[in-house]
Amino acid sequence: MNAPLTMKDYETDQEVRWCPGCGDYAILKTLHKFMPTLGLPRENSVFISGIGCSSRFPYYMNTYGFHTIHGRAPSLATGVKLANPELDVWVVTGDGDGLSIGGNHMLHVLRRNVDLQILLFNNEIYGLTKGQYSPTSKVGTRSPSTPDGSVDRPLDPCSFALGAGAQFVARSIDTEMKHLTEMLGRSHSHKGASFLEILQNCPVYNDGIFEQVKNKKTAADSRVVLQNGEPMLFGKELDKGIRLNTSLLQLEVVTLGEEGVTLADILVHDESNKVLAQMLAGMHGPDFPEPVGVIFCADVSGYIEDVYAQRIKVREARPPADMNALLRSGHTWQVE
Amino acid sequence: MSVVEEVSVAAAQARMLEGVVVRFAGDSGDGMQLTGNNFTEATALYGNDLATFPDFPAEIRAPAGATFGVSAFQIYFGSDDVTTAGDAVDVLVAMNPAALITNLKDLVDGGLIVVDADAFTDKNMQRAGYKANPLEDGSLDAYRLLSIDISKRVLDTVKPFGLSHKFGLRCKNMWTLGLTMWLFDRSRDAAIAGLRKKFAKMPDIAEANVAAINAGHAFGETTELPAGIEIYKVPRAQVPPGLYRNITGSEALAYGLLAGGQLAELPIVFASYPITPASSLLHTLSGQKHFEVVTFQAEDEIAAVCAAIGASFAGSLGITSSSGPGISLKAEAISLACAVELPLVIVNTQRGGPSTGLPTKTEQSDLFQAIYGRHADTPLPVIATSTCSDCFDVAIEAVRLATKYRTPVIILSDGYLANASEPWQLPDFNDYEGFPVVHATEVEGFSPADRDPDTLARVWAKPGTPGLEHRIGGIERDAVTGDISYDAENHQKMTLMRQAKIDGIARDIPLQTVDQGNTTGKLAVVGWGSTYGVIHQAVKRARQLNMDVSHIHIRYMWPMPANLGELLKGFDEVLIPEMNTGQLIDILRAEYVIDAKGLSKVSGQPFKIREIEAAIKAQMESKS
Ligand SMILES: Cc1ncc(C[n+]2csc(CCOP(=O)(O)OP(=O)(O)O)c2C)c(N)n1
Ligand code: SF4
Ligand SMILES: [Mg+2]
Repeated sequence: MNAPLTMKDYETDQEVRWCPGCGDYAILKTLHKFMPTLGLPRENSVFISGIGCSSRFPYYMNTYGFHTIHGRAPSLATGVKLANPELDVWVVTGDGDGLSIGGNHMLHVLRRNVDLQILLFNNEIYGLTKGQYSPTSKVGTRSPSTPDGSVDRPLDPCSFALGAGAQFVARSIDTEMKHLTEMLGRSHSHKGASFLEILQNCPVYNDGIFEQVKNKKTAADSRVVLQNGEPMLFGKELDKGIRLNTSLLQLEVVTLGEEGVTLADILVHDESNKVLAQMLAGMHGPDFPEPVGVIFCADVSGYIEDVYAQRIKVREARPPADMNALLRSGHTWQVE
Repeated sequence: MSVVEEVSVAAAQARMLEGVVVRFAGDSGDGMQLTGNNFTEATALYGNDLATFPDFPAEIRAPAGATFGVSAFQIYFGSDDVTTAGDAVDVLVAMNPAALITNLKDLVDGGLIVVDADAFTDKNMQRAGYKANPLEDGSLDAYRLLSIDISKRVLDTVKPFGLSHKFGLRCKNMWTLGLTMWLFDRSRDAAIAGLRKKFAKMPDIAEANVAAINAGHAFGETTELPAGIEIYKVPRAQVPPGLYRNITGSEALAYGLLAGGQLAELPIVFASYPITPASSLLHTLSGQKHFEVVTFQAEDEIAAVCAAIGASFAGSLGITSSSGPGISLKAEAISLACAVELPLVIVNTQRGGPSTGLPTKTEQSDLFQAIYGRHADTPLPVIATSTCSDCFDVAIEAVRLATKYRTPVIILSDGYLANASEPWQLPDFNDYEGFPVVHATEVEGFSPADRDPDTLARVWAKPGTPGLEHRIGGIERDAVTGDISYDAENHQKMTLMRQAKIDGIARDIPLQTVDQGNTTGKLAVVGWGSTYGVIHQAVKRARQLNMDVSHIHIRYMWPMPANLGELLKGFDEVLIPEMNTGQLIDILRAEYVIDAKGLSKVSGQPFKIREIEAAIKAQMESKS
């Protein structure tokens, strides 16, 4: 029996080329620590990425890896999985890579429910091309291409994923190793496509956009950590919560003990409730806490599994493949 | 009204012919393709050599009677070396005025027209653009006309089966088929068996159609036909003995890809996005799940090629297919495959362009795109199919080159070959030599940049192999370690190495041969792709007239055969017919600095033999 793998086994000898302080480092480190805990043979893992700072990721993971072209990682990963369903395939992408140029592929890989773990590093900016605004940048983002502030409305990655039919949608934060590790584990154990948005700081081009959610002082009031079956409470004293306003059919923030609010009024998280998931995914600051955790998780079969199941069925009903028989199918005639 | 009754003299004597061209034309909903296919099968079974050419409109169901909705199927069959679907039509079956007006120009003087007189209503004639009834105004006097009240007869025939008027009329094509079968002395058995199989769940419909075929046939047998209309006899062709089937280019290509996969001992992932006229490949392969093939209908062409590359990375053979516009979308990813040196087969079934162009018509205008149409220095092998059955061998060859050299390979086919059909003497697949791929497994000293010293092919280590974990990607890779490298000298070295690898393939492909004629002489007609059949016939005729002409047909478009330049220089003149505005001619000029004359046709229709023959004659005369 081989010795169990360690973090070192997943590091490569390549010089990591992200800017100092980049959130990508923290995510990389968490993955290095996480991968050995799966207890899988290292050669069965594959990391596929597109283009962007985040997409350099595979070069730093000592597994099989493919740094491909901008936006297309989901398609390449689909091909890898179709060819060899045994492989453990991860997609690493950015907000530009996965939701701008590659938005269509992201939509379809989620809709099809291809058995992959998709990690979307959302820094709300195009890092690699030097800081242009991205489809997730907030209105008013000043960037080289929007010197007077962006005017187009951003999309919300988790809402997008749910809209596309994703069966697993979760959210975590680059520097929260414990939470991120837990989310990686959940993503990995889910069959079908797992979509994990990771809020990632780009100190060079978009520094501090997630500061509210990350800062020790403000975090407790700015985010709600979702736990299945638990009431959605947050705040330093865990005295605030999310309630469903049934007359307006929308979520609202309430404080326990105020205006007669009790624990019974607080919504209990149910990962399998898609309507709730959609409401949570669209919940953003400053008026609401940002949800982190598993927003939605449904147990349905994955695409690759279904493709192979169908193939087995067809094969059972047909004689084995024979090239000469195929060529001679249909009408043939003999010329003497 | 039917002219048949008016003519008293029957001359039902068989007339011997060497070859006949029949064209079935009607509304796109009239079932002309089905009629044509059935007739083709009967003709093949009869023992004629043949070639077919379906020609359908882009609209699936155009308004009834519209000229732009006319769908046609042409078959040329004969007793000797048939390689095209024929120039001029001898027998035109026109199911309505629109079919007559759009196809009449191709009919030879004295040719036979069979029409459904019932379809010549005022409304239909007006819609087709006829001011007066052509069946009555003498405008068809140059031809022999067989005007029959087909609709009425069909309705009478199928009445016992209880079909509605609408469904009853749909049997018109089978009635016409029956008549045509009689005209050429074909057996109805296969068609009847086919109908019973096709409509197994709807026996009424099956039997109504069978009755229609039989009624059409009986009509020919029993009715006194006008003078000059008689059974044609086209003697069986002298074809080499063996087992035959009829095959379209698209089927042959699909089978060839499967065969290539078997010979390489690799499973295939075929990823595509529907586009006319390339979709049939996806359809065919999707029905072959008992072979080692997984098909994937992607969300677009980019996703398709990327999934194919992903599959190749994982150790299978990735194949993608499209037509020109879709190939444009794939370009960036093909360059990635060139950069990371993974096998990939790309099939381009060319159509009339640019843009949507003539999606159901044929053209050869993507040659530049195939050879040059990517960013950066990204040479790759390009091979072209020349006949329907040739598609099988070309597909195998593409798989061989892609897997041996770890490179994308483009197959150029076209809309004509995809849909056309010809009899194929079936090869024994056991005679094909395998070229099994060996994936790397040796851990000691492994680098993802390792390459074979002879072929320069990069090592292929597939995920799942212990100890060979490695990364590849689009950033330039160090020639030794495979790590990312921005080093200037390394990039120069790698660029030249990638080029040398592709250039080296010229040593691994057959030398260019001469298809007909001498290896030196006055004139070489040089073609590529689906023009093979027409050039073959044109050169044959010219040579029968003692002209010093040779036919050279190129399969390996890139890299070209090592002897091609020398071969071409052995001729005083070179004539290059192409279904584009002169792409091969530019490439040959650039590569070999030879002068050549082009013959261009971009009408969406294949060349006619006489067009090429005329160009040969003009060329010979200008020099004599
Ligand atoms: C076809 C193509 N278009 C444009 C680019 C340039 N480009 C590279 S990365 C990038 C944006 C990356 O943004 P994101 O995915 O958010 O990654 P980040 O760098 O922020 O991690 C762009 C526009 C490219 N490489 N390829
Ligand atoms: S530009 Fe931003 S995202 Fe890119 S490496 Fe630097 S800090 Fe990280
Ligand atoms: Mg980004």
